[in-house]
Formats: sequence, structure tokens, C-alpha cells
Amino acid sequence: MKRTVLAHKFQLRPDKADLASRKRLLTGIAVLFNLLALATDGQAQVEIPVTKTFEPGDTTPIWVSMSGFTGEAAQVLEFDLYVQGFAFTNSAAAQYLISGSNNGNLQGRVTDPHNKSTLVSKAYSGASLRRQAHAFADDFVNAIPGHKGVALTKIAFKNDTGKNSEIYIADFDAHNAQPVTSDNSIVAAPCWVPGRQALYYTSYKFNHPDVFYHDIPTTERRTFARYGGSNMSPAVSPDGSKVAMILSKDGWTDLYVCNADRSGLTRLTKSPEDESSPCWSPDGKWICFAAKLKERRSLCKISASGGELQRISTVGVLNPTEPDWSPDGKWIVFTAMMGGFEICVVPSQGGKVFELVAGEDPSWAPNSRTVVFARRHGGGRTLSLLDVPTKQVKDVSRFSGSSSQSQPSWAK
Amino acid sequence: MKLSKFSKVILFGLTLSIPVVGCKTKPISAVTPLPQGSPTGQTVQSGNGKPIIDDGTKLTSNDIQSTAITDPDKRKDWPRDREIFKSDTVHFDFDSSVIKSDENAKVSAVADYLKANGQDAVEIEGHCDVRGTEEYNRSLGERRALAVREELIRLGVDASRVDTVSFGEDRPADPGRDESAYRKNRRGEFVLEKHQTLVGLNSPVNNDPSK
Repeated sequence: MKRTVLAHKFQLRPDKADLASRKRLLTGIAVLFNLLALATDGQAQVEIPVTKTFEPGDTTPIWVSMSGFTGEAAQVLEFDLYVQGFAFTNSAAAQYLISGSNNGNLQGRVTDPHNKSTLVSKAYSGASLRRQAHAFADDFVNAIPGHKGVALTKIAFKNDTGKNSEIYIADFDAHNAQPVTSDNSIVAAPCWVPGRQALYYTSYKFNHPDVFYHDIPTTERRTFARYGGSNMSPAVSPDGSKVAMILSKDGWTDLYVCNADRSGLTRLTKSPEDESSPCWSPDGKWICFAAKLKERRSLCKISASGGELQRISTVGVLNPTEPDWSPDGKWIVFTAMMGGFEICVVPSQGGKVFELVAGEDPSWAPNSRTVVFARRHGGGRTLSLLDVPTKQVKDVSRFSGSSSQSQPSWAK
Repeated sequence: MKLSKFSKVILFGLTLSIPVVGCKTKPISAVTPLPQGSPTGQTVQSGNGKPIIDDGTKLTSNDIQSTAITDPDKRKDWPRDREIFKSDTVHFDFDSSVIKSDENAKVSAVADYLKANGQDAVEIEGHCDVRGTEEYNRSLGERRALAVREELIRLGVDASRVDTVSFGEDRPADPGRDESAYRKNRRGEFVLEKHQTLVGLNSPVNNDPSK
């Protein structure tokens, strides 16, 4: 026990009993010098860690072993790592060894047994044990090149009691859920303002589907769009300066965009056909949405300043809807309506579709690999998390008084 | 005169050629112009990357004009009657916003009422079954309401007297999970907005959506 408590010190003062580790350390330094020599030689043989482009649903998880944690801390760590592409095995087969303790505060250590390096060795204090475990999970994930931990992020979603629905926000695993609205009405389609604790969503509070802007810390909100007809599906641009929406004020359900101060409303499409669920490219140049072109449902994109409509091909599936563009710009995740509902990803320029799991309304995490989505069960929906590369799925916890949770939006 | 026309043609040709030269990897035919009322004869990128030429036979949208919907605050305080048109609820086929021929009489009945009661207005609520995603259904519900609205307008009701609102799948008529429930839920309901002459006539109307 003492050993794990003092874990964070081991990094500075190697254990005397483990003499071999010093030898390995020396070998490691030698290797490092060789690599440096190669690099200065200009041989370009050195592998620089880069973000790998993954094969959706067909990527091997990163194998880890975990020891020393109990109860809630162990559960949180297992959950956090599983939905970010890690899987658990014994210490002999693991690429990383996770150890630690959670008597009172949490202490944790991660080592790489192959090159004998320590990735993380930290003691946590303050906040809740849950939060300490999330922070440790993030420290580990962030220590792996090309990875970005999401364990301390938030989601917003629609919580349906069976009679009414309200917007809720929660930790990414749906713990610490709290209501944002109390309109005793219908709400829909929450969308986080990037980098801010603020949401856009639709509420029927005034007996009419209007788009609201809601600042969470101050609880101040204002009607953002209350035009004739329905005001639906708000999507805020990555820099927060513009909002795309589906409006029917001019007699058709069309895509519109306006500034965050409500000025400059522009109609981007003019079609009696259906348009729905806009989202933005991370560079803010494109708005992607579901539409019907030539009698065929497609994902489309249009310049945010208007212009030509371009089809994003989704080879292999029908009726794509609810697109969400990954923060790294590479992928679009969407729902294919083919009798059931399938979560799919396609390269953002279009092409071959990867069908992943049954579900709908996906939203990317800031790491561009995990998505939160809604999964139907009986009469309602449950939120679930999917690690796109490995196709690992886990439901988030449900809370009492809710018959259905849907339309998640991951804060970025 | 001739020369200036000619130079315009050259200029036009130049502007056209710039994107072709500047972007070799992307054929210009892959770009679909926005259907501005006339979507016929355009090329679009098909699923396998080959451009397909539309034959233009199925599309009629150049004949349709959309008509603006009145500000929702205009009739906010008018008494609403959900019962009067209860039996006129229009039902739709799965994933369709086309008014079926056997539903036409219901729309006509509402049109007749509105023509006889020239100051009243109507709000059409569009609803869906659960066999679509939520925001897809919210758009579909609105298109159902708009289709009924177009029909009322075609029958002679002034566009300013017909509002629409979509509830998507959020207010089912029957919460069941079978086809008989779904059939009842795919609908357009009429809510009468009774003309209000006295109450609130001289009181300031709050049209500022921020309030």
C-alpha cells in the first residue's frame, strides 16, 4: 500500500530493488542518441509521432491493465478509457500498466513496460473522487501522442419525462445532470457554443417552436429566432459568430444563416423539399445538412456565405440525416435511416461509408474519435458513447424521472 | 456596340475558365448550382463519383412560389379552438407530405369555413410518427403543415391567415408503437384562431422577440 501511495515519487528516485530499470534507462538514452544522430544526418528515418488516420470500426484498441483502484474510481476509469479506445487485459499483454489507489484521494501511475517509461505519476486532491478519476484518465490519455482526453468535458441533451421535455447538461458520462430549462413544454436540438458555457436550442415555451440563446452561468436567455412557421435545428459556427437554422418563415423549410447578434439573416436554400440538421465545418466555411436532391436524400454542403450546393456522397447507405463534422475536419458522422437507424461515418469530402452501430443523432467529442448518440430502447431513447475507431460502445448512466434522453451535443 | 458585346463574351468566358484552370482536380460538373426555382438540367455528383444529368421531367418547383408566414405574435392573444376542426385532421402516408386525394375534402371544409368567416385565421400543426430521427421529423412535420397551407391558399384562403408549426414526433395522438398508432400520428391538425376585436386591441403589442 505504501508503495502505491508514494507512486508519484518513484519517477524522481528509482526503486533501488529494480536495478535493471537503470540499465534499461541507459539503453533508452543510447537509442535516443542514435535517433538524434539519424535526424541530424538528414536520413529522415526517424518516426515522428503523428495523429494516425484510423479505419472506423476496424482499429485495434490500446491494451491496458489496471490495478489498485476500487469502487467508483475503478468504474470511472474503466468507462472513461473504454469509450476512448482502450481495452483491458492482464499486465503481461498490456501496452500500458495503470496502477494506483483511491483511499481518500486518488493517486495514479501509468507506465509503459516496453520502454520502461512513466507516462503519468500523480496524486490528486480536491473536488470529488469521480472528478479525480476523470482527471487521471485525461492525464493518461493526453500523455499518448495524438490522443486528447475528454473525461472532463460536458454534454447537453434533451431529457423527456414522457409528458414534457427539458434541456439538461451533464458530465460527458451523463453524471451530475442538471436541468437548464424548466419550461414545461417541448425542447429540442441543444447546441453548445464552442468554448463557452452557452447553448442554442429550440423551445415551445411560447406555444411555438422558437430558437433560444441561453447563457448557462447567468441563466439569462433570449429568443434568438421567432419567425412565422417553425424555427428549428440551430447550429452555431465554430467561432460562435454565426448561427445556421432551419426556418419556414418564407413558406418552405429552408436553411438560413445569421449573425450571433441576429443581424444579416440570409436564406441559403430555396427548395420545397426537406432540409434539416445543419452543422459546420471546423474552419467555418461550410454548412453541412441533410437535404433531398433529385428525389434522393443526401448530405449536402453549402458555403456559409451562400452559393452552390454540393452533394457529399455517402456510398453504401440510404437516407443520411443528422450530420456532425469532426473537429479535426476529417470525418462526418451521421444517421442513416434504413428501416432502423445506423450511426455511420464518411470522410468529410464524401465517399465510402462506415456503418458502425444502431443509433441516431451523433455528436463528436473534441477528440474527433468518440461520439455521443441516442439509442432506442422500448418506448424511449438512451444516450450511449461510441469510440469510432474501435467501435467500442457503452451506455451512459440513466437517471430517475426520465423516460428518454436524446439529441446530445458534446461541448467543444 | 458589337465590339463591347464581344468583349463581354470574352470576359464571361474568362471568368468561366478560371475555376477550370485553377482547380484541376475538381471538375466543374461536380458542382451543383443551388436550385433557384429551376433545378432542371443540372449536373450533380452521384454516389459513385460520376456526374449524372437530370432529365428534368419530375421536377416542378419552378412553378411553385413560397409564401411568407405571418409573425407568430400577430395573433398571439386570439382565442384558440382545437375542437372545431377535430374531424378534419389530415393524415399522411409514411415519410410523405403529399395530401392524399381522400383527405382533400377535409382541407376544403376548413377553406370553406375560413372563406365564410373572413377575419378568422388557422394554425396548422404538423406531426409525425417516430420512424424518423427527431430533427428530420421536425422538418417533415413542418412540410406536412406547409403542404396543407399551400392547399388552403390554392383554394382561395389568404396566405396571411394560415400559420404553420411543427411538433415533429413530440406530440403523438397515440403513444403506441405499431402501424395503427403511427397512422394516427402522421397528421396535420387545424387550430382555429378566432378573430379578437376588443381585448388587447389598443394595448401595445410586444413584437420584440428578445423580450
